[in-house]
Amino acid sequence: MSGSGGGGRQVRAIESIASHLVVLLAVAFALYPVLWVIALAFSGSATPEARVLPIPREPTFDHLWAVISTTREVGDSTQWLFGRQLANSLIVSIATALVGIGIATPTAYALARFNFVGKEGGLRVLLATQMFPAVASAIPLYLLLDFLGLLNSRTGLILCYATTAVPFAIFQLRAAFESIPVDLEEAAMVDGATRFQAFRMVVLPAARPAIAVTALFAFMSAYNEFILAATLLGKEDMFTLPVVLQRFIGEYDAQWEAFAAGALIVSLPVMILFYVLQRHLVAGLTSGGVKG
Amino acid sequence: MIRRRTAARLALAGLALAPLLLGAGEARADEGDEAATIQLWHAYRGAEEEALQAILEAHRAAGGPPVETLAIPYDAFGSKLGAAIPLGEGPDLYIDSHERLGDYRVRGIVAPVGDAFEGEAAFRSNAVQAVTLDDAIWGLPLSQKCVALYVNQGLLKEVPATLEGFAGLRDTLPEGVFPLAYEAQGAYVHSALLGAFGGSLLGPDDSFGFVGDPAVRSLNLARALIDGGVVPSDADGALVTNLFRGGKAATAISGPWLAADLEGSGIDYRVELLPKVEAADGAPMRPLLTVEAVMLSPEGAKRADVRALARRIAGPEAAALRQERARTLTARADVPLPPGDKLLAAFAAQAEVATPMPSAPAMRATWEPANRAIKAFLRGELDAEAATEGARKRFDDVRRPLPPPASPTPLLIVVGLLLLYGAFSLVRQVRSGELVPALRRSIPAYRYVAHAVITVGLLVILPLVVGAATSLWAGRPETGHYVGLANFVDILTARGGPLLATGSFYVVLLVTLLWTLANVFFHLAIGVSLGLVLSRPTMKLRGLYRVLLIIPWAVPNYVTALAWKGMFHRQFGAVTGLINALNQTFGLSIEPIAWFSHFSTAFTANLATNVWLGFPFMMVVTLGALTSVPGDVLEAAEVDGATRWQRMWQVTLPIIRPTLLPAVTLGAIWTFNMFNVVFLVSGGEPDGTTDILVSEAYRWAFTREAQYGYAAAYAVLIFLMLASVTRLGEWKAGRRAAREAAAARAAQAVEGGGH
Repeated sequence: MSGSGGGGRQVRAIESIASHLVVLLAVAFALYPVLWVIALAFSGSATPEARVLPIPREPTFDHLWAVISTTREVGDSTQWLFGRQLANSLIVSIATALVGIGIATPTAYALARFNFVGKEGGLRVLLATQMFPAVASAIPLYLLLDFLGLLNSRTGLILCYATTAVPFAIFQLRAAFESIPVDLEEAAMVDGATRFQAFRMVVLPAARPAIAVTALFAFMSAYNEFILAATLLGKEDMFTLPVVLQRFIGEYDAQWEAFAAGALIVSLPVMILFYVLQRHLVAGLTSGGVKG
Repeated sequence: MIRRRTAARLALAGLALAPLLLGAGEARADEGDEAATIQLWHAYRGAEEEALQAILEAHRAAGGPPVETLAIPYDAFGSKLGAAIPLGEGPDLYIDSHERLGDYRVRGIVAPVGDAFEGEAAFRSNAVQAVTLDDAIWGLPLSQKCVALYVNQGLLKEVPATLEGFAGLRDTLPEGVFPLAYEAQGAYVHSALLGAFGGSLLGPDDSFGFVGDPAVRSLNLARALIDGGVVPSDADGALVTNLFRGGKAATAISGPWLAADLEGSGIDYRVELLPKVEAADGAPMRPLLTVEAVMLSPEGAKRADVRALARRIAGPEAAALRQERARTLTARADVPLPPGDKLLAAFAAQAEVATPMPSAPAMRATWEPANRAIKAFLRGELDAEAATEGARKRFDDVRRPLPPPASPTPLLIVVGLLLLYGAFSLVRQVRSGELVPALRRSIPAYRYVAHAVITVGLLVILPLVVGAATSLWAGRPETGHYVGLANFVDILTARGGPLLATGSFYVVLLVTLLWTLANVFFHLAIGVSLGLVLSRPTMKLRGLYRVLLIIPWAVPNYVTALAWKGMFHRQFGAVTGLINALNQTFGLSIEPIAWFSHFSTAFTANLATNVWLGFPFMMVVTLGALTSVPGDVLEAAEVDGATRWQRMWQVTLPIIRPTLLPAVTLGAIWTFNMFNVVFLVSGGEPDGTTDILVSEAYRWAFTREAQYGYAAAYAVLIFLMLASVTRLGEWKAGRRAAREAAAARAAQAVEGGGH
């Protein structure tokens, strides 16, 4: 061991450089397509050309401005259409996260703490819902929402998104609750708290990171979805942003710059959320891990 | 105490229900004014949309009822109408292409226009012909659209008289400028060439028409044009626009939509008749003519105010306004072309030489096989006869007669037996006296899960069960019937064809398995490696790296899928740019790769996209799992002389494995059903070989004659496979857990004995 000090430092330096190289390569891989989208969004020239570096040609804010300032005439007044659609997206996604978490949290707690008839079967059904492709259930869902009078409404969309997000949320939260020591609740209950109070005052705060991350996933699933939204929504001022984006790309006149500009705006809120929650992201997934 | 508990629970429920209540109010508000307003759907954009709005304003000013319009992407139009109109949610009238009329009529979502039609004399004769089915008029013609030849006058003065003559332009044009750009790989423009040879996509009696001598000769001519460098090989519609707009093509075959895109480009152009074809004895190219028409939904056709609005939209003032503002060629005979408008005059002349697109429902089924045949031939995989014959088989396969109706008795017997068994075991459990106390003990738990059971049961599981049940039916929703397991038999026997042919269930399954394994492998390899590197305490900038590496996860996946598709473009993609840069720097001569022409490269493109999307998740899970690796274990291993490599494989990885395993299972399931990437990046190219089971099911449901039952059967098979594999995994994990528990007990016993 003696005398290896200098050699060890050298080895460590090489290792450090190597790890930085590996990570930088991965970062380049991760950012390259995103940079292309950004470059396209600010490009003034539409002439196609094979290039390596994602640098905007004839930089301009026109596309971004054109997408943001979309309006429409309703009767005599002008409506800021893009603003409404952005609001739709945010309302639907936030409500999805709230409703989804609201439904999943108590259920996940029961699955983590109680034994009851139908528990195993229920878990199996939850996993099964993840395996069945949506292709076959889209039409029945449409008919069902019509029956409930929820077509063409944000409520219908929120309900669909929230319930679709619930199974994964339950898996996540159940694992998180399981990793919280039972002693904490038992101590609270010895002190006179009811089970529900123990759940609310002790377990929920302890599981906050996991809940935040699960909410983020539910938010994202709603914020990025467009197939269901395009089918269910029939009015322009009800559209969510992914539906709007999809319409920039027709077969013959794909407005790629507008699409890229829109994509940039659409991605921004999720990016910010990810940035804010990224510490929790690791912690949230750590708590026992995602359990299937 | 109880009261507080209830209050808390109510608050939670209120939180969950608030958006519902808000939304319900909004839905009611919407319904109030629905009776008076007229709903109009269209697929217009830009100038055409503005012209339509101006026409509607004029109608409103003349005292008409308010009209609410909705623009829907052309591709989604049919499916959306078909879903909405039968439920009374659809428009009263809509503007669509005439060739969909036959299909709409079968589905009962269009009605004859009745007194809205002014008479045949008012419209051009082939426009009237296009909207006539069985002697009734089903739509009011608005405009006619077909492709013609755009000529860049800055690059070209004299246009060759024949298509073959374009080859001579190569030497006179600047380097890198194509003599002619058109969507060579698409059946829509190719049919103009086919028409010159006297062929058509749809033959007599709804048979497949893209076969025989005209098909072979038109294909050979297209190949000659590409091989001679006259026409770019893999141009899609958007690229043709870009090439012509950028001055990289001297001429282009395109429709009126190109003119709108050329505004402000500074290109000096004119429009001419498509050239004649020497190989077809000088016959002219005959493009397909599409007539845009106002159509009425069955409900809308009953309303006099709706018919009046339709009549106005198709009337002479509106036609003149559209010609002037949006420069669309009117379908009316009594509205003159704007004087001096050469563009419209040229399209009017071309429309005379065009063939109205057949409106029979069978026409829709010709596109996919014809497109694939053209692509397979131009790639050089098949000769023209084999390609077109293969296309005919595919057409016949999609149009095959439905399986005969089956007796529902076996199903009823099975369901009956299952119910009987369920009831029997229930009774037995109640009798045994265990169930009731167990249920009573479960009641507190049920209070926590009831709302999830209700909502998930209603909105997730019920549609799934109904969807699964659809797999026992065949045909369109309106005309289908119960066929028992016939759909499954059809799928599992590859519809009577060879079991290992392209597109058969087994081949697609193999591709899907390869896809899933490759993705999971790369997700794990990249994710775990990065996780390990980033978790090193000595690593600088860890936080920054982590944020940057999570970005692919945060961007909506349809955005990145389309960005990657663009990067893999053969001529203008960034990957080609990289290859060019490599060639220049190192003096290499790597050819740009046509990524979507071969299975291996197209699959790689899909894989690269999905690996990019998925590795951050694995990285984060790994980072999380690594925090649970106790430092002293690693130190102990180091003291014992284990190398870094040994420590990783023999200590770290076994410890994080249990945490990774569930994430891998779920990731594998998601990848198995990853529709977005496959559909948006390769779209199944080439020839449907990169399709996975889910995208294949999607095609049967939405692009091949709405065979929902058949698609549902695919979905059920996917589900059964995933469920059985997962069960197998659970069973094995259960056995391993039992073994480990036994080993632990044994170890404990030994330890106990030692003390």
